[in-house]
Amino acid sequence: MTAGEAAALETRGLCKSFGALAVASDINFRLERAARHALIGPNGAGKTSFLDLVTGRFPPSAGRILLGGADVTALAQEQRVKRGLARTFQITTLFRGLSVLDNVCMATSERLGRAGDLFRPAGSRRDVIDGAYASLERLGLADDAPRVVRELPYGRQRLVEIAVALSLKPEVLLLDEPAAGVPSAESGIIVDVIESLPSEIAVLIIEHDMDLVFRLASRITVLVQGKVLVEGTPQEIAANPAVREVYLGERAPT
Amino acid sequence: MMARNHSRSLISVADGLRELFSLAATAGSGGGAARRTPSQMPNAVDVLRRSHRLRPLETLPWLVAAAAFFLLPDYLALGAQILLAVLFALSLDLILGYAGIVSLGHAAFFGVGAYAAGLLAVHGWGEPLSGLVVAGIAAGLIGMLSGAVILRTRGLTLLMLTLMIAAMLQEAANKAGAITGGTDGLQGMQVSPVFGLFRFDVFGHTAYVYCLTVLFLGWLAARRIVHSPFGRGLIGIRESEERMRAIGSPVFRRRLVIYAISAALAGIAGGLMAQTTQFVALDALGFERSGTVLIMLILGGVGRLYGAFIGAPLYMILQDRFAQQDPVYWYFWIGLLLVLVVVFARGGVLGIGERLVRRRSRRS
Amino acid sequence: MDAVSIFISIAFHGLAFAMVLYLVSVGLSVTMGLMGFVNLAHGVFAAAGGYVMLTLMNGHGVAFPLALAVACLAVAAGSVILERLLYRRLYGGDELDQVLLSIGLIFMSVATAKFFWGPLPQPMHPPAYLGGQVDLGFRSFPTYRSFLIIAGAVVVSLLWLGLERTRFGATLRAAVDNRRMAQSIGIDTKRLFTLAFALGSGLAALGGALGAEILAIDPGYALEQLIYFLIVVAVGGLGSIRGPFFAALLVGTADTAFKYLQPELGAFFIYAMTLALLLWRPHGLFGRA
Repeated sequence: MTAGEAAALETRGLCKSFGALAVASDINFRLERAARHALIGPNGAGKTSFLDLVTGRFPPSAGRILLGGADVTALAQEQRVKRGLARTFQITTLFRGLSVLDNVCMATSERLGRAGDLFRPAGSRRDVIDGAYASLERLGLADDAPRVVRELPYGRQRLVEIAVALSLKPEVLLLDEPAAGVPSAESGIIVDVIESLPSEIAVLIIEHDMDLVFRLASRITVLVQGKVLVEGTPQEIAANPAVREVYLGERAPT
Repeated sequence: MMARNHSRSLISVADGLRELFSLAATAGSGGGAARRTPSQMPNAVDVLRRSHRLRPLETLPWLVAAAAFFLLPDYLALGAQILLAVLFALSLDLILGYAGIVSLGHAAFFGVGAYAAGLLAVHGWGEPLSGLVVAGIAAGLIGMLSGAVILRTRGLTLLMLTLMIAAMLQEAANKAGAITGGTDGLQGMQVSPVFGLFRFDVFGHTAYVYCLTVLFLGWLAARRIVHSPFGRGLIGIRESEERMRAIGSPVFRRRLVIYAISAALAGIAGGLMAQTTQFVALDALGFERSGTVLIMLILGGVGRLYGAFIGAPLYMILQDRFAQQDPVYWYFWIGLLLVLVVVFARGGVLGIGERLVRRRSRRS
Repeated sequence: MDAVSIFISIAFHGLAFAMVLYLVSVGLSVTMGLMGFVNLAHGVFAAAGGYVMLTLMNGHGVAFPLALAVACLAVAAGSVILERLLYRRLYGGDELDQVLLSIGLIFMSVATAKFFWGPLPQPMHPPAYLGGQVDLGFRSFPTYRSFLIIAGAVVVSLLWLGLERTRFGATLRAAVDNRRMAQSIGIDTKRLFTLAFALGSGLAALGGALGAEILAIDPGYALEQLIYFLIVVAVGGLGSIRGPFFAALLVGTADTAFKYLQPELGAFFIYAMTLALLLWRPHGLFGRA
């Protein structure tokens, strides 16, 4: 880690334990600007916990988190979002009783700083609605705009998650198993969407499907038991004996 | 909100029908999805843009209230109590129906408002409007202070803490008998005429119009809030706090703001009660009142802004009819009704109405 | 009175109160923690226990031990019907629905009690052999309350021992610990819940009946004492079986002390204490996050 341009996201000596269980120990991690970076590891390796730490869902026991070079360790979750950090969840987390458009409007309205407005009607915010509509169109979700989220097929819901995250106009986007649980016929659309994300966004993706990882990522970090086992290019990772032993050993070789 | 819910349910009905159609179509062409493209999106946008516009049905409560003034002159005193109960239930709807905060101690704010307005009137400040303002501010402050402390918790703990705050205030009012009159209640208020013109009369003419006007203003404010981006955000918090945080929403602050607003409205309702009955008893802060307002809202329907307008009159009129003769039976039947509502009719009267409308439009 | 005897009085009466609180509240803790049900109407079972026992004793001359046993069994049996009919539907469901259902039940119970027994508290006359004072040499204590403390301690010991040693206890503890795991290893949770519910209600009836001399049995019982039961459960930690015991000790003695030393402030202290405690530890003293 040399001086120079600050990484889009960086953690230094990040630790977190719940009682005796250490979900993160001394994680030093850099997500470069505009990177396509994958985080892999066996189940329970602490991948999602790492995302939770970075986004501020819970505070670390030790260590620092830097966003674009600025220390955000002490900032609340929402303040990190305001600084350009967005995520999707492994288990779809949306406003299930609201329409797709409402879901995206809510995020857009937060980004534009309108969401605290007590008196102007939400429906009169053209900028919000048009912005939200545009994000939906971009992901091919315009048809679904009026539909209530819980009535959508799962694959579409996953797309809405991404649309919501994108409507925050993030500089760093964390995707937690975006295609998990989606039938393969539909997961193709999600992969296409991820591949066509604006290149200036730094993307960190947690994924189990190794084909997907190799297709999407130019750098890979392997996490095992809350520790970084190794980091490198896909070729280096594929050739690394320790990875083969720990990671591929647990899963059926693909 | 009713308007939105309504339109939303209509959309889903339309969608259901379309689904059926497209199923039939896919059997032949496989192009079901293509059927519902071009005109849809503007629709969704329009629905959102129009959501806050006043719908004709929304004038109904006011027409009824105005008609009651002329048609039921003997019941105006009761009418005033109903109107302030509507305001109280409406304030609860803001936190329960929108932000999803279940409170067992909402009477805390009603009572604080009642005692604030009452104490002013006892100690020579009889001007009612400023009395209401003070009642609202006092309750709002208590809401903000207690909310700042208890809204950090969730679920059962929060439930318990709302109950505890109300119990604490009630015990405080009980023990501070020198100020509040304790178990004897607060008496001896001198409430001046409204605007120096309209004296509070025994028939309740002034009280009725006074309460109706205040309720109307409270409703305007609540309606604006519900349709504002802030109000939409409250629904977001109810649906998924996790998601709200992930889109950068300061959830705690939002909850606190609506909690304080709701408390202030409840306080104004309490103030109305103190001024119109010129008496405040300890039960203004009691668990029964917290429970009753919850029941009124549930009977009407939660999270619809108009549940209060149906539930509170329904409850109060039934109570007036039946409880006078025999309060024992009254409690039994209201308890039974509550059990039945939970088991069979979630969503209250408005919920049943919505279901009927949906069924009918599905049939046609 | 000198400081020592005041202290002893507070400890003694606090302990008696704590026993009643624990017996009533432990079932509520299980209902809330295990079944995920906010049963505000739990106090109804305690009141019912009191009513049944006192009616048998005062009205029909049934002996105290027999009346007590009948009261517990009758309430436990009645609670099974309620559990099957109503509670079960809402396990782990919407808090609001649970709150409403239980408020409905409270209202119905208040009305029913008033209808059959009138608005006044039911008199509790302990049998002659439990009346009067018992002299321990340095001090004499009311016999009935001494009995209450001892009986409570015995029941609590039996309960804890039973939960340690029996199969039912093991499954109950397993389920409280990890419900999904319990289900996956084939524990019939439906049956378990019914049994736990009945046990909790029976204990509440025992507490209500034994404690009728401390917390008078009247129609408003379930409503008025509710806050104490909730405090005990909240402080003890939801789902905990031992936690509420220590919470009951704390609440029972603290409340007795405050009311004795600062009667002009009444129950204010105990509410404030609970508030502070829950803010410090939202999951109670013995609860888990």
